[in-house]
Amino acid sequence: MSDIFDLISVPAPEFRTGPMARHKVSRAEWQLAIDELARGGLSLLSLWASRGAVHMALRRGETGEIGVISVDSRRKTFPSVGVQHPAAQRLERAMVDLFGLSASGAIDARPWLDHGVWGLRHPMGKTSEQAIEAMDYQFLPSEGESLHQAAVGPVHAGIIEPGHFRFTTQGEIVVRLEARLGYAHKGVDALMSGVDARASAHLAARVCGDSSVAYGWAYAQAVEAALGVEVPARAIWLRALMAELERLANHLGDIGAICNDAAFGMMLARTSLLRERVLRECDTCFGHRFMKDVIVPGGITRDLDGEALRRLRVLTGEIGEAFAPLVALYDATASLLDRTVGAGVLSPELAQNFAAGGFVGRASGRDFDARRDLAYAPYDQLEFSVPTRRDGDVNARIWIRIDEVAQSLSLIGQILDGLPQGAIAAELPSRGAAREGLGLIEGFRGDILVWVKFDGRGRIARCHLRDPSWFQWPLLEAVIKDNILADFPLCNKSFNCAYSGVDL
Amino acid sequence: MRKFPLKGLLSRPLSEAAPEVLGEVEELGIALRQKLGRSLAIRLVDAGSCNGCELELQALGNPIYDLEQFGLKFVASPRHADVLLVTGPVTRNMEVALRRTYDAMPAPKWVAAVGDCARDGGCFAGSYAVVGGAAKVLAVDLYIAGCPPDPRALLQGLLGLLERASTGT
Ligand code: SF4
Repeated sequence: MSDIFDLISVPAPEFRTGPMARHKVSRAEWQLAIDELARGGLSLLSLWASRGAVHMALRRGETGEIGVISVDSRRKTFPSVGVQHPAAQRLERAMVDLFGLSASGAIDARPWLDHGVWGLRHPMGKTSEQAIEAMDYQFLPSEGESLHQAAVGPVHAGIIEPGHFRFTTQGEIVVRLEARLGYAHKGVDALMSGVDARASAHLAARVCGDSSVAYGWAYAQAVEAALGVEVPARAIWLRALMAELERLANHLGDIGAICNDAAFGMMLARTSLLRERVLRECDTCFGHRFMKDVIVPGGITRDLDGEALRRLRVLTGEIGEAFAPLVALYDATASLLDRTVGAGVLSPELAQNFAAGGFVGRASGRDFDARRDLAYAPYDQLEFSVPTRRDGDVNARIWIRIDEVAQSLSLIGQILDGLPQGAIAAELPSRGAAREGLGLIEGFRGDILVWVKFDGRGRIARCHLRDPSWFQWPLLEAVIKDNILADFPLCNKSFNCAYSGVDL
Repeated sequence: MRKFPLKGLLSRPLSEAAPEVLGEVEELGIALRQKLGRSLAIRLVDAGSCNGCELELQALGNPIYDLEQFGLKFVASPRHADVLLVTGPVTRNMEVALRRTYDAMPAPKWVAAVGDCARDGGCFAGSYAVVGGAAKVLAVDLYIAGCPPDPRALLQGLLGLLERASTGT
């Protein structure tokens, strides 16, 4: 039996430029990996299935190297990861629903994506036409005196995505929150199988509306790595430019929205103006407010001229200037800080254990950013810092995002200054061998993983997309415990997890 | 803190930062009031969108578009709503919730399908998990195209709906 760490040995630059090796392991070795996950020596990047096998992407804490391992599941079972490593539970339940597998040893066998209304079961595995019983969903129990349950969703009061929250409270205090998601499940995994790389890119940009660029990039990178395509430098720099604009727009909008949920509406009015300003400039420069479909496997579809670069320079100057007094205002408004400081505290241990990405992890001491720690071009040539804090409350998450706004503005400036000349797209080989590739891109919520497998005819055999929110949603449930119910919108917004991104 | 309202008083309205859009938006508003002469309450159901359509619906509330200046208002309960906006391809997991929300609205009521997904399922059409457009579940009065439709298209679409509502077609 090999040392499991020997299999987790690919440094970041390597998987980004060529096909990703995958190691078939025995059940015993799979178990060793699970033990290491539980011990903290490895962190989980993702867990997914394809026909006949279950795969895990892992990262080694000490060295930052990564690896993908697979265990055979042709007998329809595999050793449960979630039983020892809770961060894997929902990924596992989703996979069981789609492929009809059974996770041996699992403590939570409830369906996740399958609500019993598809008219079939196991759409990606051996499909059966017998649907599960629709209403038979048991929420986790709470015991104690004077408990009261509140059910919220899937239709919410605001303009947000669908999901169900089941609160158990004692008086005002939340004793337990359990989310039930899957309402936005569109069957993306199935839609992506058997189509060519271009058609799939269109879908990848529509998995999660606020992260079109990050998803488009992660997907393109996985495809390019699998096929060994070398993307022109200018295209890569412009991708980063779009990624930073996307991050900027989201951070600006959300900082205001969080304050709005603490009844400080003026901040939202101000930051939503700045956000609108960014989106309009994206529209002018890239032809779409969310820059959908600009990134394609091989490069990008739209170049920027000197005028566009000038406009973006003006934009960053203006945003920087207008944002500073808002930050000062946030910091000086006691009634607002009274709501955000100390609310919804996420402990560093939990953030680490779940390998929570993005501002959620970084506000709780998890010093990880794929742009730096799984470095990719052009970030390896740019200067930026990764803000972290350890206090882990709503206030900390706001501050991380405030600091990231400054970093993004600086990055945009550096990209505009250093943008190389040249082509913006490379040809994709029309037909290739059966190959696999991995993409990992830092979106505004955290690291997005895409794993793609090509069949021998240039079509996608399987594409797996893992949103950062898989490792953040469960933490929101931990965070809200012992807070008052009225603080849920505030805590929730400070996480701003994706629904469609995890429901797929 | 006091600096902001003070500056607001002494400077021109913020909305003037974008005159080209505002001109149009203002015209829409006048037409709207002439047509309906009252306010309209809107309820949204995200029936499995990618969230792109929601982002643009949210943008209608920013000070540039300022939806409420036209008497258009998003309301929290379907019982207060005149118009149901539907986004997303209508996933099977959302079908019941969508139908129930519509049933909870008082008549007369209108339905607008927002975005290419709500039209016919968009790029998710044909999936086992998707019904394939709002019209498969409800009678749709108006389609607003786009992926996502931008805030101007959304405003124009709502105006179109009001025209039809007021002429009774
Ligand atoms: S129309 Fe486009 S933006 Fe709207 S939900 Fe569909 S994919 Fe997303």
